[in-house]
Amino acid sequence: VTAPASKVSLGYDSVLSGVNPDLASERLTASFSVEKLTARLDGGAEHTRMRRAIVEAIESDPAFSRENQYFQSQNERYEAAVRRAVHLQKKMREMGWTENGPEIKYIYRWLSGDIAFLLHRVFMRSISVLGSDKQVAKWIPLATEHQIIGSYAQTELGHGTYLQGLETTAVFDIATQEFLLNTPKISAMKWWPGDMGRSATHTVVFAQLYVHGKCYGVHPFIVQIRSLQDHSPRPGVTVGDIGPKMNFEHTDNGYLMLQNVRVPRENMLSRFCEVQPDGTYVRWGSQKINYFTMTTVRISILSDEVILPLMKACTIAIRYSAVRRQSKLKPGEQEAKILDYQTQQQKLLPQLAAAYAFHFINIYLHELFDRGYQEIQGRNFDSLPELHAFSSGFKAMVTQYCTSGVEICLRACGGHGYSLLSGLPSLYTRVLASCIYEGENTVLFLQTARFLIKCFMAASAGQPIPPSVTYLSSAKPGKCPAKDKLDFLSPDVYLKFFQFSRLLSSSAAKLQHLIQSGAEKHEAWNQCTVQLVKAAQAHCHYITVKIFVETVEKLDNKAGIQKVMKHLCDLFALHGIFSNAGDFLYDGYLSGAQMDLVTASYLDLLAVIRMDAVPLVDAFDFTDKSLNSALGSYDGQVYQRLYEWAQKSPTNQQVSPAYGKYLKPLLQNRLSKL
Amino acid sequence: IAKGRGEEGRPGGTARRGLQREGVINDPDFQHEDLNFLSRSQRYEQAIRKSSLMVMKLREHGIADPDEIYWFKRTCLGPFPEPFGLHFSMFQKTLETQTTDAQKEKWLPLVRGVNIIGTYAQTEMGHGTHLRGLETTATYDPATQEFILNSPTVTSIKWWPGGLGKTSNHAIVLAQLYTQGQCKGLHAFIVPIRQLGTHEPLPGITVGDIGPKFGYDEMDNGYLKMDNFRIPRENMLMKYAQVEPDGTYVKPLNDKLTYGTMVFIRSIIVGDSARSLSRACTIAIRYSAVRHQSELKAGEPEPQILDYQTQQYKLFPLLATAYAFHFVGAYIKDTYRRISGDIIEGDLSELPELHALTAGLKAFTSWTANAGIEECRMACGGHGYSRCSGLPDIYVTFTPSCTYEGENTVMMLQTARFLVKSYTQVSSGQRVTGMVSYLNDLSRQRIQPQHVAARPVTVRINDPISLVEAYKARAARLVEAAAKNLQAELNHRKSKEDAWNRTSVDLVRASEAHCHYVIVKLFTAKLSEISNAAVRAVMTELCLLYALYGISKNTGDFLQAGILTDTQVNQVNQHVKELLAIIRPNAVALVDSFDFHDVHLGSVLGRYDGNVYENMFEWAKKSPLNKTEVHESFHKHLKPMQAKL
Repeated sequence: VTAPASKVSLGYDSVLSGVNPDLASERLTASFSVEKLTARLDGGAEHTRMRRAIVEAIESDPAFSRENQYFQSQNERYEAAVRRAVHLQKKMREMGWTENGPEIKYIYRWLSGDIAFLLHRVFMRSISVLGSDKQVAKWIPLATEHQIIGSYAQTELGHGTYLQGLETTAVFDIATQEFLLNTPKISAMKWWPGDMGRSATHTVVFAQLYVHGKCYGVHPFIVQIRSLQDHSPRPGVTVGDIGPKMNFEHTDNGYLMLQNVRVPRENMLSRFCEVQPDGTYVRWGSQKINYFTMTTVRISILSDEVILPLMKACTIAIRYSAVRRQSKLKPGEQEAKILDYQTQQQKLLPQLAAAYAFHFINIYLHELFDRGYQEIQGRNFDSLPELHAFSSGFKAMVTQYCTSGVEICLRACGGHGYSLLSGLPSLYTRVLASCIYEGENTVLFLQTARFLIKCFMAASAGQPIPPSVTYLSSAKPGKCPAKDKLDFLSPDVYLKFFQFSRLLSSSAAKLQHLIQSGAEKHEAWNQCTVQLVKAAQAHCHYITVKIFVETVEKLDNKAGIQKVMKHLCDLFALHGIFSNAGDFLYDGYLSGAQMDLVTASYLDLLAVIRMDAVPLVDAFDFTDKSLNSALGSYDGQVYQRLYEWAQKSPTNQQVSPAYGKYLKPLLQNRLSKL
Repeated sequence: IAKGRGEEGRPGGTARRGLQREGVINDPDFQHEDLNFLSRSQRYEQAIRKSSLMVMKLREHGIADPDEIYWFKRTCLGPFPEPFGLHFSMFQKTLETQTTDAQKEKWLPLVRGVNIIGTYAQTEMGHGTHLRGLETTATYDPATQEFILNSPTVTSIKWWPGGLGKTSNHAIVLAQLYTQGQCKGLHAFIVPIRQLGTHEPLPGITVGDIGPKFGYDEMDNGYLKMDNFRIPRENMLMKYAQVEPDGTYVKPLNDKLTYGTMVFIRSIIVGDSARSLSRACTIAIRYSAVRHQSELKAGEPEPQILDYQTQQYKLFPLLATAYAFHFVGAYIKDTYRRISGDIIEGDLSELPELHALTAGLKAFTSWTANAGIEECRMACGGHGYSRCSGLPDIYVTFTPSCTYEGENTVMMLQTARFLVKSYTQVSSGQRVTGMVSYLNDLSRQRIQPQHVAARPVTVRINDPISLVEAYKARAARLVEAAAKNLQAELNHRKSKEDAWNRTSVDLVRASEAHCHYVIVKLFTAKLSEISNAAVRAVMTELCLLYALYGISKNTGDFLQAGILTDTQVNQVNQHVKELLAIIRPNAVALVDSFDFHDVHLGSVLGRYDGNVYENMFEWAKKSPLNKTEVHESFHKHLKPMQAKL
């Protein structure tokens, strides 16, 4: 029998003493006030204060500790998430926090999704949005009090993004005034809904509605799936967990099969339509508000689920790069910080710039949608197509960019980045899921492209188009006038690059050409999709640079913030040109010599921003506990933390049976039969 | 159509291996629960069980040929890492190549018979790729004729070696040798770490597992700390450098010898890049043929997602890449075999170029495969995210190869160093040979005042041989640009290292362009060796797709250098899309040719029979959370919560 690893006392490393001088020195050279920038990011110093108070309250409560998270099995993670969710209810009552209060976003941001019942919240929201007043009055109090636990069952085994293809059926039975729900085949099984595998008692099921043999399309139904007494599945219900995933081990994503499950007529959510007792199908009100609400979900995930992970990854990778030393840059000196290597800067600093760019675009999108909401409340639906295009395109672009950014950070940390204790693998596996949920990215880009093509055609025909796309009708630019590398630090110069809509105009031309030469519309569209995706990406990229430029212009230059943000904005823009050089060289808009100047300017910026790199991630103001990373802690005591944390691993605490059972007989050469 | 030329590229071996494979896969001894449902400790235990069994079977069948062992291991263990992995590769291999005859006699029987289990402890917590920075010390004590091993700082703790945490009882430790008060640099030592018989750590040794990782659950990557731990003088590997009993240090003859091992390991990683990407492509392409979604044409049934241009554009270039990397891997292995005889005889003339080339190719292929696997997973939508797809496992197992055996950026810069050196030679009028011989053209160019970029290249985009020329021109242009920028920096600065650092982004780009050229060249060269016309036709399509896709992703380089015109770029983009449609009917056959057994593919989405959905359901039912119909959390947390409210 193997003994557990012997306890190590090293004396010199068992106490974490102060900030690592390599990190401390980085903070002395900040060109701006970190505290002021933090306040700017929070939207005001009073928000920073509130956020810190909430974080303090949560972190001081051991029930919320995530220290053991990386050591836990799927079962343990799930149980911990349920325990935390239950504890949170108690905590909220204690602290006087409410679901609608200003605190809630900070609470969930800190928890970073590592908690159960998130789909329960979606369940409640869908009832509030899609349910009649009577249904809201019946279900919401039960759900608020957690007398029932809900989920939201839309995606099926065979269908995700394409909702019209769902196969679950709900057939109205006039005789009993009930809907009969069925999973007619295996691909129709509900698959993926969170909280459903083990926790939920109820769920909103999306099914094809049939009345008198006629299909009315997909509608939502509240279905009880488990007993409120003993939690066992209701008759006709087969429900379970879909098994291990790349992440979200704490969430019981579930499957659900329904066999002749009956629900009363009143369980169809009926704010917009209803099946009356005699089977008459009535539709009222405008579904557009509903449609709008669904659209906003894509924007609402960006901040916490997508941009925040990139900010955390940058914090970890940049702090670690200031602590890690490797090789010598100058003979005779000590080994250099890896952050001083140009190649390391080129990996990390564009990600940092993107994190800021997306923070600002996110604010812009929220303002845009708030305005849109007011217009729609006033029954003005004009901006709806534009908002839809925005939500699709930006969801796709930001999730894709942040996912690749987090992975770059992970790989920039070398071997230690691969340890779960770095925190980076779990950030990566979480953020990458966002490329798929709430609409698969390629499909979303193509929705944006469809809107852009429409606008482009309208503009060509001299018709009015929405303000965000008026640039599509601007004349083709001449040659780029820049002569010196400093010229490329002028937003007027680089914004013109991104405005360039050649990808879109040539897609439109090709599309028309194909149709004129006899191709069917759908086939012509399919043949242009690769380029259309690129055109949609270019559009979103342009808007992001534009908003970054406008944000920087509006900042006042107290405390050096405007200057450092201008550097980041320039870097974001020039990195975009450097990485897509072909698009700008094409047509000779930019000459080869000018492209060399862009590269030179871009590389110069890396060295400038390098000086502020650590302060710029400090400004995100993550606590060590929320980062949960051995590499990224504020004090930079990387190696001690890694060593002490690793010793707590269960593999070092428990006796592995492997030695006695297999290794010993093998070593002694008598492993006859195991 | 291309059956038998896939994974190993050697048609003759396929049938016999197929039989052997069936035998092992159906062997009841190798059965176990789905690894996805096991905890890390359980996965480790299963891996040890299977490795032990495998060793026993190797003994039983008397398999001794290294290639046979490699194949047998892959068949027994599948694509997963094993805790004994470093015992057979690094531990045994190092002892075979770096020991004296007396040392061989003592250690090799124990190692080959697995009477001791060893690992290779090089990387430390504070240092990986930069070997000279390692801090572990081995100080010679002539009084007792022993070395005293120490881990003087936290950063010097050995960290990451596979099999070190729980499995091994010996390790080859790399340490800075001190004798007669002088540091003689890094040397290798055999260090016993655990008591034979009880497996307890020896006094002075602190050893354990480094905790959970992204992948490699079955591997006990470990830490090792040594405090005044003494080993006899004879435990230093002394084939080359030696310490005599009185402490006199005898220098090794040639330090390039270690290049050989590095080339060998990097060639394995290139092969691994090809294999991992092939597995991912197999899964994604088969699943895309099974999955139906949306409508292309109103009123018609939902099409296979493989019919969407965007899906083809994601997957087919990767399929072409997988084939390209297979050929590159085989080329390096063959070249290494060819010159390894010379190396033993002391002729090292070809080694530096091969060493420099493999560094870059290791980085290029592992980066590309890494991104490609993720692209495949994304192309499978939500289900790709489930562990049942097998794709998360392929990714987490493969991704560390971007870091181990030399961090990729550092590898690229090694290749760049060779490129710049070759460029400098050419500039001073010497000729260079091998894969860099295109640089010779630059000297001829120099006579004219023209920039190399202005050299006219007539590219025919339907002709792979012409595309090789285009890639060659791009590489020449980027190597020259990087070398000139480096020279400009050197003119401004005192420190060479500083100038190098300020040019490193350009240098990496030059290396990438060089590697890209080599791959296109090798793929193209392979085509003429294929005798079967149908196979050659489809391989030519893949080769064209690989080359053209690479251009369309890097149009900036080709436009800026004047290698292609705007019109040609349009044609390239258009031709890529045409090739997608041409390859579409062969797509599934092309992944079937890789010939992965379902058991080794480990993917419900990628099953050979395509029965995806029903098997996902069967798989999910076995999930640990489904062990009981009502989870214990209901009784522990949910019920009390509802009661309290």
